Amino acid sequence: MSKYELDKAVLTKQQLVEPTRAGFGRGLKKAGELDESVVALCADLTESVQMHLFREAFPKRFIEVGVAEQNLVTVASGLARAGKIPFTASYAAFSPGRNWEQIKTTAALNDQPVKVVGGHAGLYTGPDGATHQMLEDIALMRVMPNMVVVVPGDSIEAEKATIALASNGKPSYLRLSRDKTPIFSTAQSPFEIGKAYVLRPGKHVSLFGTGTMTYELLVAAKLLAKNGVDAEVVHVPTIKPLDDETVLASLRKTKCGVTVEEAQIAGGLGGAITELASEHLPVPIKRLGVEDRYGESGTPREVVEAFGLNGDSLATKIGQFMMQVA
Amino acid sequence: MAVMSGHLTNKQIEDKASVIRRDIISMLEAAGSGHSAGPLGLSDLVATLYFGAMNYNAKEPDWEERDYFFLSNGHCVPVQYAAMAEAGYFDKKELLTLRKYGSRLQGHPERTRLPGLENTSGPLGSGLSQAAGVAYSLQYLDGQAHRFVYCITGDGELNEGNIWEAAMFAGKYKLSQLITFVDRNNIQIDGNTEDVMPLEDLRGKWQSFGWHVQEIDGHNVESILDAIGMAKAITNRPSVIITHTIPGKGVDFMEYDYRWHGMPPNHEQAKLALAELRSLRGKISHEGQKHE
Repeated sequence: MSKYELDKAVLTKQQLVEPTRAGFGRGLKKAGELDESVVALCADLTESVQMHLFREAFPKRFIEVGVAEQNLVTVASGLARAGKIPFTASYAAFSPGRNWEQIKTTAALNDQPVKVVGGHAGLYTGPDGATHQMLEDIALMRVMPNMVVVVPGDSIEAEKATIALASNGKPSYLRLSRDKTPIFSTAQSPFEIGKAYVLRPGKHVSLFGTGTMTYELLVAAKLLAKNGVDAEVVHVPTIKPLDDETVLASLRKTKCGVTVEEAQIAGGLGGAITELASEHLPVPIKRLGVEDRYGESGTPREVVEAFGLNGDSLATKIGQFMMQVA
Repeated sequence: MAVMSGHLTNKQIEDKASVIRRDIISMLEAAGSGHSAGPLGLSDLVATLYFGAMNYNAKEPDWEERDYFFLSNGHCVPVQYAAMAEAGYFDKKELLTLRKYGSRLQGHPERTRLPGLENTSGPLGSGLSQAAGVAYSLQYLDGQAHRFVYCITGDGELNEGNIWEAAMFAGKYKLSQLITFVDRNNIQIDGNTEDVMPLEDLRGKWQSFGWHVQEIDGHNVESILDAIGMAKAITNRPSVIITHTIPGKGVDFMEYDYRWHGMPPNHEQAKLALAELRSLRGKISHEGQKHE
């Protein structure tokens, strides 16, 4: 496997930051340029989820449905039946939070290429508090047959993921974050739906991250290296279909792993990887993320740190895990 | 070959409805489970749609000039399966596989299993939105003003919030190629609609959402065809046709009895029902009758 080139400024004082939703907004406009059957539907949050770029470029292909998330995805299902590729966007707390059954029946079981884009997901939604910090969406969408689940690690990858989802022909979920988060990939970095990427090779422990947590694992790995732990960082932007091969290859080498996600550890990335490993390669795996509780208000960074999901805290927890399994 | 609407007489459409009713009884008896009252009540409407109103091609279900039909209350799908078989989408023998393992005729309709279905449906409240999505595409994205989208919803189904989200949406965008029928049979599982969750003033509700509203006898082919003609002539609003039907229509011991909502006939009951449907009394005909 060729080496994954990280952005040159990553982990330096010049570290670039941008919300993943910004990458989605650019990607959707590009997808619209590439394929005129791409249409966009929004539930009264157009600028917030960055659909305004598409709306300005293609006003006739943008449909405002109002604050009605059940209608959002079911109208999209009809548009898909009429040959369109509909991207629907709201906050993840509402879509798929509120309209899960409609997504299941009219998009997934119905096998229509409806794209569900859940913005403002995870703890980085900060001050809005627990009602808006969607933490269950990865699990909810992952259990749905036919559904593709993508959680991009940064804004550059979010842009690529959006373009890729426009042409995958499948019902799909794209999870986005509100706040500015670090960029680690570049325009040249590979992205393919269903692939995981080794960002930093190592031999002592496999650190699997998705979404905004992958960057925190790069921070943690650097700290762990100072203590003699050679950690492998594996970025898993596609939760479903999971890249079994890359995950198992890493675990085969390191014999233990840690999963980190800005979501409930039950059913999400941690669920996916431990389920895979328990059947094919039962090695000790620690799941880190939100542990069966809800979030709360605070600045985005405050909340992430309070839940121990910043690089420093992760390094400590990973170190403790290494002591236990050694 | 494409089927174009308007080639059968009203009498021939009534005969189709009669065949569909008999097939529904046979299918449900063979299945041993399923819904009786709704499909029987909808037989005249669905027969009129398939044999007097819609353009489609049973041998080429995705024919690009077809009209669309969305059954929002998916539990009534036996009436659609029976109409589709009668229209030539598949062999009639397949009707007896309803709800059986391996059948394309699932208990609730699945688009990916049976060509000719436009949607997967069962959980209530979503079919109208899907129909609205297609209607939006035809009207605003595809420039196809000559094609229509038909949708049937139950009346109990109108309890669902999703329906009124769709009603607002279609009203806002003036989806004039969308023609919706509310199967107003006044029953739902727990009893009469006005006891479970009152719907009236139903006409006023739709009007206030910006829809053109008609009310008709859902067992009168001529009334159904007239109402569709009127709906097509309305070009600045979506249309809803409140279609008054009798649950279990055509089978004396099922009519008006909400207990038949989710129950199939057993062998003896099916024999009785088929005998009645074959007799003159069971044949729904309105020739020479006067309607309000």
